Amino acid sequence: MAEIRNYTLNFGPQHPAAHGVLRLILELDGEVVQRADPHIGLLHRGTEKLAEQRTYNQSIGYMDRLDYVSMMCNEHAYCMTIEKLLGVEVPERAQYIRVMFDEVTRILNHLMWLGTHALDVGAMTMFLYCFREREDLMDAYEAVSGARMHASYYRPGGVYRDLPDSMPQYEESQWHTRAQVEENNKNRQGSLLDFLHDFTERFDTYVDEYEQLLTNNRIWKQRLVDIGVVDAERAKQLGFTGPMLRGSGIAWDLRKSQPYEVYDKLEFDIPIGTNGDCYDRYLVRVEEMRQSNRLIKQCISWLRDNPGPVMSDDPKVAAPHREEMKEDMESLIHHFKLFTEGYPVPEGQAYCAVEHPKGEFGTYIISDGANKPFRLKIRAPGFAHISAMDEMVAGHMIADVVTVIGTMDIVFGEIDR
Amino acid sequence: MELILSIYEIPLINALVKIVMILVPLLLTVAYFTYFERKVIGYMQIRIGPNRVGPRGWLQPIADAMKLMFKEIIFPQNASKTLFIIAPIISIATALAAWAVVPFGAELVLAEINVSLIYILAMTSIGVYGVIIAGWASNSKYAIISTLRSAAQIVSYEIAMGFALVGVIMISHSLNIGDIVKMQSGSGVWGWYVWPLLPLFVIYFISGVAETNRAPFDVAEGESEIVAGFHVEYSGILFALFFLAEYANMILIAVLAALLFLGGWLSPFEQVEFLNLGASFLAGPSIIWLFAKTIIFMFLYLWFRATFPRYRYDQIMRLGWKVFIPITIVWIYVVGIMYYMELSPWFVRV
Repeated sequence: MAEIRNYTLNFGPQHPAAHGVLRLILELDGEVVQRADPHIGLLHRGTEKLAEQRTYNQSIGYMDRLDYVSMMCNEHAYCMTIEKLLGVEVPERAQYIRVMFDEVTRILNHLMWLGTHALDVGAMTMFLYCFREREDLMDAYEAVSGARMHASYYRPGGVYRDLPDSMPQYEESQWHTRAQVEENNKNRQGSLLDFLHDFTERFDTYVDEYEQLLTNNRIWKQRLVDIGVVDAERAKQLGFTGPMLRGSGIAWDLRKSQPYEVYDKLEFDIPIGTNGDCYDRYLVRVEEMRQSNRLIKQCISWLRDNPGPVMSDDPKVAAPHREEMKEDMESLIHHFKLFTEGYPVPEGQAYCAVEHPKGEFGTYIISDGANKPFRLKIRAPGFAHISAMDEMVAGHMIADVVTVIGTMDIVFGEIDR
Repeated sequence: MELILSIYEIPLINALVKIVMILVPLLLTVAYFTYFERKVIGYMQIRIGPNRVGPRGWLQPIADAMKLMFKEIIFPQNASKTLFIIAPIISIATALAAWAVVPFGAELVLAEINVSLIYILAMTSIGVYGVIIAGWASNSKYAIISTLRSAAQIVSYEIAMGFALVGVIMISHSLNIGDIVKMQSGSGVWGWYVWPLLPLFVIYFISGVAETNRAPFDVAEGESEIVAGFHVEYSGILFALFFLAEYANMILIAVLAALLFLGGWLSPFEQVEFLNLGASFLAGPSIIWLFAKTIIFMFLYLWFRATFPRYRYDQIMRLGWKVFIPITIVWIYVVGIMYYMELSPWFVRV
């Protein structure tokens, strides 16, 4: 008798649904997946090792490039860990700015997730709708940091600079008439806060639009309900965090359970699912976008009323003022030393985690008292999620593998680091 | 002049001229259907679509065709070269051959045969061999999976579609598409078969979408799962042939929907007296009506594609076998009852 072998399919790394460079070895029995073996490491850039040879501030830029769709949240965890080691206090305004941009980032990430998830399941229009909204948030990133994606905006001790009072404007060109440009610039007349406020006012209706297209769509439900079910107990064992855990019905959110920055002063709810399937995780994330919108609104109203410093006054981490540097030799030397040598961090170790859009993103730093970390370890939520790939797809069909990849919200920047 | 006319009288030349008269506009329609698709879906997705080649992008399909024609054809390792080339030829040949019996007006038909409906079903069924052979010859795992999917899918939806057409045949007592249209004339919009056969009509069109492997039934080429499916290894003109065949089939399904259920070239204002159209062009049958109705269905294809997520393979099968086929069988009985009751204006004893 001939031996019957499973059909082995190499899914990725060059595959439209591989979300970057995921390589999956699928063992198929017909269309049914028997075993899924994710291979990672194709985007390994050695972030943790690179950080060992650079001063603390120089690695902030690397953090953006970990999970490259939720940039500022990565920076946040890193900066918080350094602050913990240094014992630096962050001014309240900077905390609000950080929270506001964390939530902007969460929406950015969830929009990207929703767009690609829907695209994987076949609803390609979603993708472009989501990117329409991402554009505004990217503009907010750009206004505050000068970069649309890799912002490097947070610093140990606060944020790089205060929010701008004006937004960049579109200009008339060969392709855009004056009328079009005026239309596009309409919500850019005020400050960044006005611009974001305008966005938050509109955003709920956008989410309604997405839900109208998907939530009750029969095909969407058929494709998502009861796919990739993880029960609450198993989700904990697998080390799930974030929406993956909440989708299984566990109300665990670092913003609530161990509030950092000003989350304890803000009002928001954390949605949880019941069945732990892809559809629940979809609903959880969509609701999270609405909650993030709520948080941004609260931050905006606080930030409007409370001007103040956005950087700690601790000279150890904060650069001296420009004016001082013009007159004061010591300030100039200090500035030079700070930006070349950086600052020594007291010996010790610290772990700080933030509620990243994908889950618990933490950095663990061991310092030997030098101006560079002795060891940096990044806890990426996606790594735990992708480890459950085999368990989540076994017994499902090929098309469901794509759905599960989508629901995990995988970004290889953070998994491979 | 005399000479040209006399040459035209030769049957072979005559047939060739007619074929060219169908094929050239058809291929042009296919080309501009792709442009139309990209534009329509573009606007649905708040973007502009092609607008760089020629004014407003009108030359885009020409540019695409040129690119595909001059592209190198790459044969995968260990692929069966003969079959690899034959596959797209089968696809395009059947897709185009089906057009031979499509009437564009009361007298405008290339091959007036009495079993034209069966002929079209036969041609679309043979078309699946193109897909199967392509998947087999490519020596690619993705292509094989896609081939299996598409073979199963086309076979099952062929049944649903066939049953849906049985209703039309029962009503019209004919397998000749021209006659089917003629039977729908005489009582304006109400004479069209879409009314007594509404469920069959819906099933016919959905099956048609499934049969042409279009969204939301495009599992055979679902890009996010099996990349491009059976034509994943094809490039250049061979790929273009698959592409042409798919679009020619889509238009065929749309034309058939218009012919069989919406009265083809008959005017919707046929019996509307109060508009006082009289003998004007709007009231009379004309090819323009056929095109207008066809375009509606062609637009539906694009609308579906922009709106719906993709079905999973087993769900498509379930929909076909457990929903569509039972409904069509039940409705055939209902048609039988209507036939017995001689429901006017559709059921008249001949």
